[in-house]
Order: sequence, then structure tokens, then C-alpha cells
Amino acid sequence: MLNTSRPCQPQSGGFSFENSRRNAVLEGNLSELGYSSPKARKTGTTIAGIVFKDGVILGADTRATDDMVVADKNCMKIHYIAPNIYCCGAGVAADAEVTTQMMSSNVELHSLSTGRPPLVVTVTRQLKQMLFRYQGHIGSSLIVGGVDVTGAHLYSVYPHGSYDKLPFLTMGSGAGPAISIFEDRFRPNMELEDAKQLVRDAIVAGIFCDLGSGSNVDLCIITQAGVQYLRAYDQPAQKGKKEGQYKYKPGTTAVLTKTVTPLPLDIVDESVQLMDTQ
Amino acid sequence: MAAATATRFCQQLSSVSDMSPDWTTKEVSTGTTIMAVEYEGGVVIGADSRTTTGAYIANRVTDKLTPIHDRIFCCRSGSAADTQAIADIVTYQLGFHSIELDEAPLVQTAANLFKASCYRYREELMAGIIVAGWDKRRGGQVYTVPVGGMLVRQPVSVGGSGSTYIYGFMDSNYKPNMTKEQCLHLVSGALSLAMERDGSSGGVIRLAAISESGVERQVILGNQLPKWSTA
Repeated sequence: MLNTSRPCQPQSGGFSFENSRRNAVLEGNLSELGYSSPKARKTGTTIAGIVFKDGVILGADTRATDDMVVADKNCMKIHYIAPNIYCCGAGVAADAEVTTQMMSSNVELHSLSTGRPPLVVTVTRQLKQMLFRYQGHIGSSLIVGGVDVTGAHLYSVYPHGSYDKLPFLTMGSGAGPAISIFEDRFRPNMELEDAKQLVRDAIVAGIFCDLGSGSNVDLCIITQAGVQYLRAYDQPAQKGKKEGQYKYKPGTTAVLTKTVTPLPLDIVDESVQLMDTQ
Repeated sequence: MAAATATRFCQQLSSVSDMSPDWTTKEVSTGTTIMAVEYEGGVVIGADSRTTTGAYIANRVTDKLTPIHDRIFCCRSGSAADTQAIADIVTYQLGFHSIELDEAPLVQTAANLFKASCYRYREELMAGIIVAGWDKRRGGQVYTVPVGGMLVRQPVSVGGSGSTYIYGFMDSNYKPNMTKEQCLHLVSGALSLAMERDGSSGGVIRLAAISESGVERQVILGNQLPKWSTA
């Protein structure tokens, strides 16, 4: 029982909360002065996935935000796990990135050990067990999708370690707009082109209706035959073209008076530094 | 308690910006109404299908009736992550025990395994579980393991946030020695009342009847829910 364990034992691994109290005090002091401490970069994000006739399609936007500033206009949120399994990541950018890389490595080792191509459910189980162990401190929400020997599967995994298995899923700050597109138009066993259009529309809904999502739509189509990674499948939010010229001709503004005041400057010191141009 | 203090500070540190909705930061919970009833020859269990993160419904067709063994199920309420993790652990422990015994495990054993995990880690977990099933020693049994890790056998048990609305219904409508059909009727009626009143419960009703012959599962969709008033 945790309460009866020795409290003075140093923590061997995992997260260290020693500075939590100090950080809370600093946060309070800074906010009094009107500043805030730097936050971990979150990917804002709209990610989505559906199961269609031949497999799964994963979609994601490409904006990474640092509070209210766009840190990366074209980041990749669909990560490779195995040749037949890909994973979209939302939440804290670093957590999602590293978690998926760890899973990719574990899955490859496991696959070599079993002598079989990996199953989507294996990835999900390893992910949720790891995230549960860290009790939600690893802030990554993931959509895992792939096609294995048992068929096409789609799972969502939450930061605290819970998972859901569904035919269509959305996550991230733009999940609300995206799920409404799916709820309206999703049907089981859709054709490829319809399914691509549907996922594209769901991500576009997130891009336009959520401030944390933007830039391009990335798609990843996984079928028995293979994987098609469509980077920048659609670019709905392109910069607008300027309609006219905003430069003014010299002489547009009339000069009323002109005063010239020469500033007397004395040379105080003169030195020559040779540049090494080798 | 060092662990509890640290958690409180961590929760204060993670500030919610105005732009992200609350469901991006809240933990996933199974809100829930779950119920289990014993009858002669087995048990009937039922649950709603809503999983929420704050005010957002993360999954509207959740299956909260989780098989632990061939004739033993558990109904999960509380934190989705905690209950899924505990159910996986108990499934493993019970499976191992059953192989060692070379016999089908008892429902009481499964219930005690749940209690062991829920009580040992009671400070860290938020899990309310109803264990129900059939074994050849005692027939149909329902054991409840609420938050905190108590274990008690009851002929009828309700759990989850929506259970508060149906205690009266259950107390007045349950009679001992009901048939399977009467139990199914009671459970589906009770769940639809709770789903009507509790915001964290909703979706479809999932039912299962467990007996010596096996497990029969059914789903009652939204438009087929038992109606109680036209208001």
C-alpha cells in the first residue's frame, strides 16, 4: 500500500515532482507581474480515422502551436509504427512523437520475437499499458489504425490509458467539428474515393472551426495491398493574393516644412580588424 | 501523503487555456449506469453506453460489460483507464488461476481478485465494479466492489452515477425468484429511467444473460428504449 511505503526513498525512475511546489510558487509570482511561465508545445490538432471497405484512412492537420503562436506550419502528425500500422498523435507534441517512436521500436522487436507481422491490437495494448503507468502525465492522445491478418482496425488511446475501438474516431482540439462531419456522412464499407473525401472534409472542418488546427490535410491510406502516405493531400487554407498595390508614390503626401539639423560627430577611436577570409 | 500532495500541485500547474475545450484536458470517465440481477440459473447484467471526457461524449456506443472469463463478466463504472486496466489484470490473473486449477473459476474468486486490486490501490484508483456470473458451485451470483474496495454479495446491485436515480425503482420492483425474462425487463426498464435523468448516462442499453448454457448478449437501441412517460 502506497501510504505505508517509506516516503524518504529516492525515486528510481519515472517523473520527478520535486520542483512542483517551487514551480507553483513561481507561477503565482509571475502571474502577479503579468507574465506566464513557458508551456510545453501542444499540437492543437485535428486527427481522424475511419475504417472503410478496403482498410483504414487516417487524417491529420499540420499545425503545431506554442500557446497562441503557430510554431510549425507543416508538421507531420501521422507517425509510422509498422509497415501496416500508423498512428496519429494529438496533445503534447514531444510526448506524442516519442511515445510513437518507442512503440515502433517495441513492435519491431516483438514482431521479430514472434516471427509474425504485428497486430494493431498489440500496439494499442502496449500504448495503453505505458500511458496508464504514467497516470496521464504523458499528454499524448493517439489514434492507432492499421490492417493486419485479422482485418482493418482503428483504436483511440487517451493520455490516462483508456482506449476505444470504433469504426470512426476523431481526437484533438478540433475533434468536435470533425466528429460532426463523420456523424452526418459516415457509412460502413465506403469506397476509397468517398472515404478519402470524408476524412478530408472532417479535417477541413477542424482546420476552419478550431483555432488550434490549420494548414494542410495529411492522409494515410492503409490497405492489405500497402500504404499510401499523402502528405499535403489538400491545402484549404492558402495565403490570399493581394488584390492591389499598397505602395504610395513619392509626393503623395505634401511636405509643409523641412528642417535640417546636422549633428556634429567627432571621431573618438579608429581601429582596423583584419577578417580571416580563408 | 507525498503522492497525494504532488498530484494536487500537478493538477494546479496544468492551466486550461480559454481556447481548448474542457474535454481536451479532462480524464475519460464512464459516467454510467450499471446493474446486475441474480435469477434462478444465472444472472442478467446491463449497462448504458456513454463514455465522457468532461462534457464531450468520447464514445456513444461503449461496451461496459467486459468478459473476464467464459461465464464471468464485470460491469465497469468510474475512470475508463482505471477500470480497463484492472479488468485486464484480473482477466490475466483469473485465466492463470483457472489453468492451474484445471477447472472453471468461481465468481467469488473473480470478485476477490477485483477487490484485492481495488483495495490495495484505493487512493490512486477511481473504479466502481460489479462482478457477475455463473459457476457450478453457487449458480448465478452478483458481487459489488464499489470505490474504496469493499466486497459484498447482493441479489441485485446498481452502480455508477445514474444509479442514484433508480434505487427506489429497484427496491420497489425487485422480487426474489424472478425469471430471466422478468429480470431482463427489470434491468432494461431501470437503465432507461436512469439514462433519462442522468446526463453522464445514455446511448444504447447493452444486456447480457449469463447461465450454465452460455452468454446471450443483446443491444436495445435508442429508439427502442422502454418509454415511461410522453413528457
